[in-house]
Amino acid sequence: MLQTHALTASYGQFKALFGIDLHVAPGECVAIIGANGAGKTTLLRSISGVLRNAPGMVTHRGTPIGALSADAVLQRGIAMVPEGRKLFPSLTVEENLMIGGQVRRGDGRWTLDTVYALFPILRERRLSPGTALSGGQQQMVAIGRALMSNPEVLLCDEISLGLAPVVIRDIYAALPRIRETGAAVVIVEQDISRALSVADRVYCVMEGRVTLTGAPAGITRDAVHAAYFGNAA
Amino acid sequence: MQISVTTRTRASTIAGIAALALIGLGLILPAFASRSVIQDLFFILTLLTLAQLWNLIAGYGGMVSIGQQAFVGIGAYAMFAGVILWGWDPIAAIPLGLGAALVLAVPMAFFAFRLQGAYFAIGTWVIAEVTRLLVAQWKTLGGGTGTSLPREATADIWGVKAIAALLGLRDAAARDVLAYWLALAMAVGTMAAIYILLRSRNGLALAAVRDNDNAARSVGVDAARLKWAVFLSAAAMTGMVGALIFLQTARISPDAAFSVTTWTAYVIFIVVIGGIGRLEGPIIGVLVFWGLQTAFADYGSWYLFSLGLIAIAVMLFAPRGLWGLFTDRTGIALFPVQRRLTTTSQGDSRNG
Amino acid sequence: MIWLDTIVQGLLLGGLYALFAAGLSLVFGIMRLVNLAHGDLIVFAAFLILVVVQMTGLNPFLGALIAAPLLFAFGWLVQRVVLNRVLGKDILPPLLVTFGLSIALQNGMLEVFSADSQRLRAGPLESASVDLGPVTVGIMPLLTFASAVMVIFALNQIFYRTALGRAFRATSDDPVTASLMGINPASVFAIATGLAMVTVTIAALFLGMRSNFDPSIGPARLIFAFEAVIIGGLGSLWGTLLGGAIIGVAQTVGAQINPEWQILAGHLAFLAVLLVRPRGLFPRAVD
Ligand SMILES: Nc1ncnc2c1ncn2[C@@H]1O[C@H](COP(=O)(O)OP(=O)(O)OP(=O)(O)O)[C@@H](O)[C@H]1O
Ligand SMILES: [Mg+2]
Repeated sequence: MLQTHALTASYGQFKALFGIDLHVAPGECVAIIGANGAGKTTLLRSISGVLRNAPGMVTHRGTPIGALSADAVLQRGIAMVPEGRKLFPSLTVEENLMIGGQVRRGDGRWTLDTVYALFPILRERRLSPGTALSGGQQQMVAIGRALMSNPEVLLCDEISLGLAPVVIRDIYAALPRIRETGAAVVIVEQDISRALSVADRVYCVMEGRVTLTGAPAGITRDAVHAAYFGNAA
Repeated sequence: MQISVTTRTRASTIAGIAALALIGLGLILPAFASRSVIQDLFFILTLLTLAQLWNLIAGYGGMVSIGQQAFVGIGAYAMFAGVILWGWDPIAAIPLGLGAALVLAVPMAFFAFRLQGAYFAIGTWVIAEVTRLLVAQWKTLGGGTGTSLPREATADIWGVKAIAALLGLRDAAARDVLAYWLALAMAVGTMAAIYILLRSRNGLALAAVRDNDNAARSVGVDAARLKWAVFLSAAAMTGMVGALIFLQTARISPDAAFSVTTWTAYVIFIVVIGGIGRLEGPIIGVLVFWGLQTAFADYGSWYLFSLGLIAIAVMLFAPRGLWGLFTDRTGIALFPVQRRLTTTSQGDSRNG
Repeated sequence: MIWLDTIVQGLLLGGLYALFAAGLSLVFGIMRLVNLAHGDLIVFAAFLILVVVQMTGLNPFLGALIAAPLLFAFGWLVQRVVLNRVLGKDILPPLLVTFGLSIALQNGMLEVFSADSQRLRAGPLESASVDLGPVTVGIMPLLTFASAVMVIFALNQIFYRTALGRAFRATSDDPVTASLMGINPASVFAIATGLAMVTVTIAALFLGMRSNFDPSIGPARLIFAFEAVIIGGLGSLWGTLLGGAIIGVAQTVGAQINPEWQILAGHLAFLAVLLVRPRGLFPRAVD
């Protein structure tokens, strides 16, 4: 359904991605792992349209979308939870959620009410400025905000970054309920075992290239280690 | 393998020699050039100096001031005050322009340096307006309508008689030659000073200050002191140029001396059309500006209308100016200030 | 009594300055754009209303109603075609482009409309006044002030109560993340500038009915407008109204002391406020 074809990306002179091939099937959960600076965020930014590419490098249901702007990509049903949460400081929690729902596909399941049902604490804090919340709560807002557009694919960049283990558990507990709606989920995750436990398939990225891919069941610790750090081990 | 740091390039060596030759030519030019050429060159040289100074504070120092007309105006008025109130010779009164601009620049910097970005720009403009309004209250210098230099004062300016005798000119033409020589000296002096500053350690520090105050501080650059020094010296020099410009016109009014359009908007156009943040930029810019003015001045407002549109077009299509376009194509820099690494060895196969 | 009158007149004059400033405040608040052509755009709008009035024989209020959509379209287009391309961290490119626009507008108007002073005729309204006990105030200044309050109120409602306003604030916070929400920052900015041009039309209407105008008066209006915006604080619309009032009162008080000090007093008030509060009276917490 969503596919990249020899996707490359660069920041000025610096090349960050060298021909990534990745695909996501409807309803699937795909994890992307890799060391710091491997290019995971760059990959999600390229798919979501923050970074523009040649049209054919990213396709969605067969349509080239690589050159579309981020707002056009969202309208096709691909939403992103950006790294670092990026809530809007001038907006309240509820407004942050509403702005996520400004462009909605069809009349899907996600509304303010269902997001509040998923993360009840947000209802209590709905009138606070988004950035007045704790890190975990902010992460919930960021996920809820992306869901509000009823996406077909949800791209999540490091939703556990800097959070306490209990909070991470709460956030990951929401994942199955998100998948119930039929949305495919792509998560970027530093915590390898967590990634392996939730994903249907895993991609490991190193220095801008895919070094390992497959279902978690078929992947050994050693293989991950090699894919992560190169073949030095 | 030996690595050395240099700022010199072959183009720059040639440019250096050519510059010296040009200065020499400029000095002896009045011996054979017509009076209108001298007047045009005076116009070009003074605008060039103003443009270099604005380029210094904004292009290199990151201080985008739109209040430089304050220094032109106060410098010009100080010179007039020296002549009219105290009977000084106009030439002797020119340094008064420098002093007055410096005195104004201190409170202006004190105030404006507390402001950021757009606030800095607007703040400097408002201070210039305040200065204009205050000067317009100065009744002995003509108040809001302005005044002229008295004939006795312009009749025997220091050196004019000598120049007239030397070149066989009438007094009025000799005055123009004198003003031209002073403008040449100011332009050359300003550019040389800026060039030396940029090539010094402080030049690097200035770039660091422009790009990031905090980062500069963390590597030990006293950002505040450097900004003060650059802003004050640019202001002082701007004041002196202002005094010279109005010495030549011999007539002054607050609106003309403190005109934001002439002394700031056009100066900014010159810098940006030529290329901001490089010494060559204002030179190209002032030539283009003068060329357009000479060719199209008869069209009056339509000319200025087009100038505005040209400035917009340059910003959209060549944001680094005409000189930027040229160096991007050719890699040539006449006044290089970047340090580049050169390797002086053959046959070293290893990567350093 | 004379001082009370002076202050009331100053407040009402502040209404005019707030009108000048409202559009600037909106644009500056949303995209940090320093629009140096704002004053000339007000004059341009006044000429456009004049042309409409002369062609149709309508009164200036109706003329402004016709001019407003045209000016919205003009603002939208300028933002789309030119300004969006120079927005960024560096304030110099937009500064230069709007300087260029300012010079082009001034001289273009000079060619087309000549340097003659013009006026929008509002009939008996121009000289009517009401007696408010201790002070007598002109209907026109009162109307100006009321319009300023209404404009600021309306902009605030849009800003804080509508989806468009949410998009304004989000884009102003972080355009990249806003685009991930399906917002197109370029078109949000274009709408903002269009809206600013509608407020410019209203400002132009009152400028033209209250005093003479000619192509050269834009920059002075720009300074008053900027002073009001900066005194109020970036992004605070009510602050802009207060800023306008402060400039207005300072000017009338200054003029009361010495008629030649009117403008000077306004500038000094601005500098004094900025000296104490470098980011204005009500700066936004986040920036
Ligand atoms: N804006 C940028 N400008 C220049 N280089 C960048 C930029 N963003 C990322 N890079 C470089 O691109 C490479 C990939 O970065 P990316 O952010 O995609 O890594 P990542 O896998 O997400 O790392 P992390 O786990 O730390 O988030 C890095 O080498 C990084 O330095
Ligand atoms: Mg990352």
